[in-house]
Amino acid sequence: MGLSKSSTGLGASNTQLILQKRSEQDRVVALAGNPNVGKSTVFNALTGLHQHTGNWPGKTVTNAQGYCQFQGTGYLLVDLPGCYSLQAHSAEEEAARDFLCFGGADCVVVVCDATCLERNLNLVLQVLELAPNTVVCVNLLDEARRKGVRVDLEELSGLLGVPVVGASAREGKGLEALMREAGRLSATPLPPREPPVVVYSPQAEGLIARLLPRVESLHGGVANSRWLAAKLLDGVDPSLESAMGKRLRLPLSQDPEIRRVLEEVGPEREALRDSMAASMVHRAEEIARAVTKTENGGYSPRDRKIDRILTSPLTGFPIMLLMLLGIFWLTIAGANYPSQLLSQGLFWLGDQLGELLAWAGWPGWLRGLLCDGMYKTLAWVVAVMLPPMAIFFPLFTLLEDLGYLPRVAFNMDRCFHCCGACGKQALTTCMGFGCNAAGVVGCRIIDSPRERLIAMLTNNFVPCNGRLPMLISLIAMFFVGAAGGFGASVLSALLLVGVIGLGLLMTFAVSKFLSSTLLKGVPSSFTLELPPYRRPQIGKVIVRSIFDRTLFVLGRAASVAAPAGLVIWLLANLHVGGASLLAHCAGFLDPFARMFGMDGVILLAFILGLPANEIVIPLIIMAYLSQGSLVELSDLSALRALLVDNGWTWVTALCVVVFSLMHWPCSTTCLTIRKESQSWKWTAVAVAIPTVCGLGLCFLIANTCRLLGLG
Amino acid sequence: MFHEATLSSLRQGQAAKVAVLKAQGSMRRRFQDLGLIEGTAVECLGAGPLGDPCAYLIRGAVIALRQCDASTIVIGPAYAAGVLASPVSPLPAAE
Repeated sequence: MGLSKSSTGLGASNTQLILQKRSEQDRVVALAGNPNVGKSTVFNALTGLHQHTGNWPGKTVTNAQGYCQFQGTGYLLVDLPGCYSLQAHSAEEEAARDFLCFGGADCVVVVCDATCLERNLNLVLQVLELAPNTVVCVNLLDEARRKGVRVDLEELSGLLGVPVVGASAREGKGLEALMREAGRLSATPLPPREPPVVVYSPQAEGLIARLLPRVESLHGGVANSRWLAAKLLDGVDPSLESAMGKRLRLPLSQDPEIRRVLEEVGPEREALRDSMAASMVHRAEEIARAVTKTENGGYSPRDRKIDRILTSPLTGFPIMLLMLLGIFWLTIAGANYPSQLLSQGLFWLGDQLGELLAWAGWPGWLRGLLCDGMYKTLAWVVAVMLPPMAIFFPLFTLLEDLGYLPRVAFNMDRCFHCCGACGKQALTTCMGFGCNAAGVVGCRIIDSPRERLIAMLTNNFVPCNGRLPMLISLIAMFFVGAAGGFGASVLSALLLVGVIGLGLLMTFAVSKFLSSTLLKGVPSSFTLELPPYRRPQIGKVIVRSIFDRTLFVLGRAASVAAPAGLVIWLLANLHVGGASLLAHCAGFLDPFARMFGMDGVILLAFILGLPANEIVIPLIIMAYLSQGSLVELSDLSALRALLVDNGWTWVTALCVVVFSLMHWPCSTTCLTIRKESQSWKWTAVAVAIPTVCGLGLCFLIANTCRLLGLG
Repeated sequence: MFHEATLSSLRQGQAAKVAVLKAQGSMRRRFQDLGLIEGTAVECLGAGPLGDPCAYLIRGAVIALRQCDASTIVIGPAYAAGVLASPVSPLPAAE
C-alpha cells in the first residue's frame, strides 16, 4: 500500500511491461512469494534506492523493478505481486503468472516464511511446476529461531530439487548466498526435475502423458509443457487461455486432438481438479513435515494472546479507537512546529527570490505572477502538507509491518459487509485520513472490483491531512468558547471526533446506497490472512516512508499547486470594471452559495481549492482582504474577526465545516481515481457523490436554521 | 432432514476435520489453495467483536472467513483443539 511520486503523474498505463535493463548482459530475476513473507524486505535490501515503481500492463497492480549489482553482473529484479497461488483468481495472481510464463525472466526466486512453511510451499510447488529454474529463499529465519521452529534447508533442497537459501532479510543475512545461487541459475538454467516434485493421481498423470506430445509439438518450448498440460486438464482458467492466445496465437484447448482427450474425461473433470489440488496440498504437507522441527507451530501462544485482546468484544474496538486517536494526535501535534518553520523558511526564500528578480529588472507583473502567485501557493502547500504526511504515513506503515492492520479489517468487516462492501475498506478509509489519493491507491488491497470501486468512491468522506487544519481552526473559532485551557481543547477534540464520525457515517450510508443501486452485486468471498506479529524495521521504514512522501508532496506541489497559483494570481490581480476577476466570480456565485449557508467567496475558494484543499482558507482571507496573493493569518482571533466582519455566523461556519467534509475530491485524488478505475464515468460519479451530499446537508442546515430564526 | 455440521458451527477452542467442500468455482479453488481439503484439521480461534468473521487456524496460518463462506464447508465431528495433532492423510486413492 504505497503512494509514490509516480502516482501524481499522468503517465503510467503502459500496455507492455518494459524491463528497465541497464545493459544487455543484465539478468532478469523474478521475485515471487506469498504476501507477508518479507519479500519487500528482500527486494529493498537487494536494490536499495535503485527502484522504479509502476503498474503491470493493463492492470492497477503495482509493479516494482530494481537494479542490483553482484560480482560484476547486473541483475534486474522484478518484484511480482504477493499471491497465494498462480490460479489467477485476482489481478495480482494473473500478473504474477503472466510474468512467470511470458516475461522472460532468467531465473525465479520464491521467498517463503520459515514459520509458516507448509502454506508457503503451495506457491513454491506451483512455481516449480511452471518455472523449474528457481531458487527458494526461506526468509524470517530469525523469527523462526525465536519461535523455536527449525528448518532443514538441505533436506528441503533435496526434496524440491532446487537450491534453497536461508535468509533473515531484516538483518541482511543470507542475501549474498541468494544472489550467488540466482547468478548461478541464471547462467546455467536447471532442467525440469525428473521425477516431478508433485506427482498427481495415476489417472491425472496418465492424461498428462497423453496430452504432453501434442502440447510439446504445438507450443515449441515457449512454456513448460507439463505445466501447460496440467493446466489444460484443470481448465478453470479463461485468463490463461486468452493470454496464451495473445502471445502465441495458440488456442490450445481448441486443438482437436487435445479437445478429444479432454472430452473423454467428461463428467469426472471436477473430481480430477479436486484430486490435483489435493495432490499439491498433500505434497506440501509431506515436505513441510519432513523438514520442519517445531515446538510451537506458526501461530505462537504469544500471538494468540495478543489477538484475543485486540479482537475481543470488550477491548477490540476501544483499542482501535485509541490507536487511531493516537496517530491523529501525533500527526497534528507533531506537524505544527515543522509546518511553521517550513512556511517561514519558504516564504523568506520567496521574498529573496522576489528581490532578486526586482534587482534583475523583471517587470512587476511578472514578478507578482511568479513569486506571489505560483511560488507562494507552492510554498504554502508544501509547508502545510509535508510535515503531517511525513508523520502519518510512516506511522501507518509501521502498523502495517507490525501486522496490526489486518486485525482492523477483521474487526470492521461485519459493518462493511452489511453495507455490501469489504472489511479492507476500513484500512483504505484510515489511509484516507492521511491523503485521499493514497487511500484510493490503497484500495488495490480489495480483491473484488465492485467493492474496490465502492471504497474508492467513498474515500473522500474522511478528511485528509489537508482538510483537518481547516476543520480544527473553524471548530476552535466558532464552536469553542474564548476561554482557552484544557476544557476548550477537550471540547475541540470531541467536536472534531463528531465531524469525523459524520464522515464515517456517510461512508457507510453511501457504500450501502451504492451497493444497492449503481454497484449492485453479491458481496464477494472474503478470506483475510492474519499474519504473525513481527517487529518492524523501525528505522528503515521511517526513512523510506519519509523519502517517498517527500517526493510525492513535492511532485504534487510542482504539478498541481504552482499552476493553481498562477490562475489564482491572475484572478486576483486582473481588474475589470473596477473590481478584480476574483470579486466578480465571487459575486456571481453569491446568490447560489447563499442557498447553502455560505457566500460567493467561500464557494469560489472551494472551487479554486480543487488542486489542494490546504489553500481554501488562505483564499478566503485573500478575497476578503482584496489582496493580490495568499495571506496567512495565524492569529485565530484576528481571523475570526475578519470572518465575522464579512457576515459569518456560527451557521455559516457549520455549513463550511460540513462542506469541507463533503465536497469534490481534490484534483490529485480525481486523477488517481481515474487511473485506478480506468473510467471517466466513475471519476465523474466520485466527484458528484460527495458534492451532492455536501450541498444537500448544507441546504438542510442553512434553511432549517433560517426557519427557526437561529444564527 | 439430516443437518450437516459446518465450519461456522465451531466455537472458539474447537477443532474439526474438513469433510466436504460445498463451494464451487473460484471460491472452491481459493479454499484449496489455502489448504482446506478433505481431511484437513481446522481449529476455530474465535470470532471478531461483532461476531463475524471468525478466525481459523489452517495448516499453521490464521485465516478469517465469513459465516456465509464458512457454512459451505462441511466438517466431521468436533473435538477440543490440542487433543489431536494435525492428521497425516493418505493420498486420495486412484479413481
